[in-house]
Amino acid sequence: MSGKKPQLALYWAASCGGCDVATLDVNEKILDVAAAFDIRLWPIAMDFKYKDIELWADNEIDVCLFNGAVRNSEQLHLAKLLRRKSKVMVAFGACASFGGIPGLANLHDRKTIFEAVYGYTVSTHNPDKVYPAPKLKVSEGELTLPDFFDDVFALHQVIPVEYFVPGCPPTPETIMTAVGAIIEGKLPPAGSTIGINRALCDECKRTKSDKPKIERFYRPQEILTDPDKCLLEQGLTCQGSATRGGCGALCPSVNMPCRGCYGPMPSSSDAGADALSAMASIVDASDEKTADEKMARLVDPLGTFYRFTLPVSLLVRSPKQPQS
Amino acid sequence: MKNDDPRIGVFVCHCGTNIAGIVNVDSVAAAARTMPFVVHAEEYKFMCSDPGQALVRDAILKHRLNRVIVAACSPRMHEPTFRKATALAGLNPYLFEMANIREHCSWVHTDKVAATEKAIDLVKSAVAKARYLEPLESRYVNVEPKVLIVGGGVAGIQAALDIANGGTKVVLVERQQSIGGRMAQLDKTFPTLDCSACILTPKMVQAAQHPNIELMTYSEIEEVKGYVGNFTVRIRRKATFIDPKVCTACGVCIDKCPWKATSSFEEGLSKRKAVYRLFPQAVPGIPVVDKDACKYFENGKCKACEKFCEPHAFRWDDQDKIVEEKVGAIIVATGYDLIDPKLPSQYGYGKLKNVITGIEFERINNATGPTAGKIVTKEGKEPESVAILHCIGSRDRNHCEYCSRVCCMYALKFAHLIKEKTKATVYNFYIDMRCFGKGYEEFYHRLLEEGVKFIRGKAAYVTDQALTDAEQGKLIISAEATTLGKTLRVPVDMVILANAMTPQKDAADVARKFGIGRSPDGFFLEKHPKLEPVSTATDGVYLAGTCQGPKDIPDTVAQGAAAASVAMSLIQRGTVEVEAATAGVIDDLCSGCKICQDVCPYSAIGYEVDKRIAEINASLCKGCGTCAATCPSSAIVAKHFNDQQILAQIHALYAQEG
Repeated sequence: MSGKKPQLALYWAASCGGCDVATLDVNEKILDVAAAFDIRLWPIAMDFKYKDIELWADNEIDVCLFNGAVRNSEQLHLAKLLRRKSKVMVAFGACASFGGIPGLANLHDRKTIFEAVYGYTVSTHNPDKVYPAPKLKVSEGELTLPDFFDDVFALHQVIPVEYFVPGCPPTPETIMTAVGAIIEGKLPPAGSTIGINRALCDECKRTKSDKPKIERFYRPQEILTDPDKCLLEQGLTCQGSATRGGCGALCPSVNMPCRGCYGPMPSSSDAGADALSAMASIVDASDEKTADEKMARLVDPLGTFYRFTLPVSLLVRSPKQPQS
Repeated sequence: MKNDDPRIGVFVCHCGTNIAGIVNVDSVAAAARTMPFVVHAEEYKFMCSDPGQALVRDAILKHRLNRVIVAACSPRMHEPTFRKATALAGLNPYLFEMANIREHCSWVHTDKVAATEKAIDLVKSAVAKARYLEPLESRYVNVEPKVLIVGGGVAGIQAALDIANGGTKVVLVERQQSIGGRMAQLDKTFPTLDCSACILTPKMVQAAQHPNIELMTYSEIEEVKGYVGNFTVRIRRKATFIDPKVCTACGVCIDKCPWKATSSFEEGLSKRKAVYRLFPQAVPGIPVVDKDACKYFENGKCKACEKFCEPHAFRWDDQDKIVEEKVGAIIVATGYDLIDPKLPSQYGYGKLKNVITGIEFERINNATGPTAGKIVTKEGKEPESVAILHCIGSRDRNHCEYCSRVCCMYALKFAHLIKEKTKATVYNFYIDMRCFGKGYEEFYHRLLEEGVKFIRGKAAYVTDQALTDAEQGKLIISAEATTLGKTLRVPVDMVILANAMTPQKDAADVARKFGIGRSPDGFFLEKHPKLEPVSTATDGVYLAGTCQGPKDIPDTVAQGAAAASVAMSLIQRGTVEVEAATAGVIDDLCSGCKICQDVCPYSAIGYEVDKRIAEINASLCKGCGTCAATCPSSAIVAKHFNDQQILAQIHALYAQEG
């Protein structure tokens, strides 16, 4: 243990690895990070063993950046273990913060997911219907696998979390803001999200009309957009108004509608409902039939509006707590 | 007040047996005692009574309650009552919450056990919300001291005079050329047989001359905006092509006009000129030019009227004008229409020429009417016999289910007038004689002695197909005389149909403009059928006369006066409490996306250009919550119904605690 430098751990759970790549995406500033911190754990870059972590003293780690959602017993075990070993736990990225894209699996449960993935998908050949099981006896002994949960959880749903760094992935600027705050010891109050408190619209340069209306919905490939006009008003399902700002309105600045990866606004109860009800309110229709027809053009509303936030939304079936 | 330490009191009302007959109120109170933060719970027979309200006040003081829940009826009934009781004990009235266990529970269920469980759930939900209630401050805005009255019939005139005499300004809007309405068309009134015009015209003149009344005839309401105490009304003043400031109302132009159109006032029985007054005593007396009938507007020629107009009052370039008025209260007195007498087709109206309607008979009998008051058939002969058929369209499931309330009495009046002027035999075909007003039954008895023949049976049909010599050339009424137990065929020379009173054809449009509801019969809906007969669902908008339902003249005048009194009480108060539970923008969260701008039905949302955020005008906001639901950034909060409060209620109902 090297005495003075703060101790940093990075971990990934149910994630695509993009958050780790984004961390490297800070380019040469990673050297500042390496200089400022003693990196104790980073599975994507360094070898490690779980038993090493178990040997650490409680609170030995100053900051743990945890990316990915929690959807199996191994991830839950590591989340709890790292929580015990870390003074500050940071939910890093959209998956750890809100469940993220893996969270859309909450539309299903373990059984239906296994049946699809190990059953009827076109490239699968599984006539004996063998599904992953936590324990399997073979002649050599017993094989084990982590237990796969029915639900995907955001990190704070399974352990206490101090800070949230949103984004899919977080932008280098957001990461450096977070890291900078840690280095300088200027941490915001616990529970804070790194980002701005206003919606992404605040950062977007596009112009909005006084009484916005949506004439019809388009998917991005169906329309050549006006580069200066609000994308929502052009019929794209831009979720900028329902999404926390902080990314600098990256997607809208390159003609792509905001997908909502910075998550709900601070006072929001349900980001998806916020976006959907806002869009439904400004669809240009004077009667119900026209409204129905226009709304029917909105493809996959659930996947669109809850793309990153389903596990923390109001759309929950009776939640099944993870087995510990 | 801090939210951390709620001390909730729950009061469960029996409402006599209305609630206690189905819901076990003791169990509800007992269950409430076990709910989080509830420190006191009791039940009582009538919570809305004085002792009931005293229970609330005493318990607040004794148990140091800082939240109050009354589980009783709909908040529409008694929320104001209990808010007041709460405030009397020094607690902010918005720390009171109501659980509706009557309309939402006991009245709609029969299973006592399940209803009790549901009542407990409803209380649980109210308790969950109460924890998060926040005190709100009531605000007051000034009331514009002016009343708009829509419709210049006798109801509107009465209301206008009462208000104007009280010293308040009135704008009286009438879409026809003259005020007077239906009553001006009537010849005599029952049961006193006064001349209708003789008692009405003095009121019309008074209204026109009153310094506090601004008369806007030939005008219609375009748009109503605003809220109680502060309405802005746009009125279309239709082009009359005559300058009212110059015209002396001498009427020469009317005499000289060679062009004619059907007179609606005379029910199509005679013609009027293209420049016309509705009737000789019209108020105002200044005529208007009917653009559709005037040949000048067709081919640019004629102007005969103008040639004889000494003061040069004609203005051929006159156009419709839109004027804007700010008023504090609105009285809707738009009157009634009559069912198309051709709709119950079995009575031959339109096919058999001596089948006429009651209102046509009024004109025929009137000295200024198409026959100068002579009761004659279309052939110009005095009838030897006349039949009056009651309930044509009224009390008829095929047309109007309701009773039109005036027909029995005017049928008696007609019978008397016919007897007075002719030697004709008069028949009344009726289902029931409904003579309920002051002096009405006495009038009926008088008519029984005047030799009028009353046949108890609704006429089945009217035909001109004679079966006997006596029926030749006559109209034959077929009816079952229920008192005789046989079917009669009665040949007569003239048939008068007492056709049903109906809502005005544009009632739906008017209802939408003023934000008032309609009952299933299509008439405008009063706020409460017994206790608030002139109020509507929209504060500050009141009803008078037959737009609310069929009425005779005394009832119409009484309702006109009643509407005047409620409007005056609002004006006199001078201020009006505006909704405290409004919506508010959290400035720090608003990104100025403007999505809320167009959804507000009260135009209460503006945009602060400098700060690039939305801004809500709290005086205009009614707290409907549309903007809060729309706001994608959760930057608008609907006070008293915020997400936290509503989600707490939902969780309490559907999920585990927490």
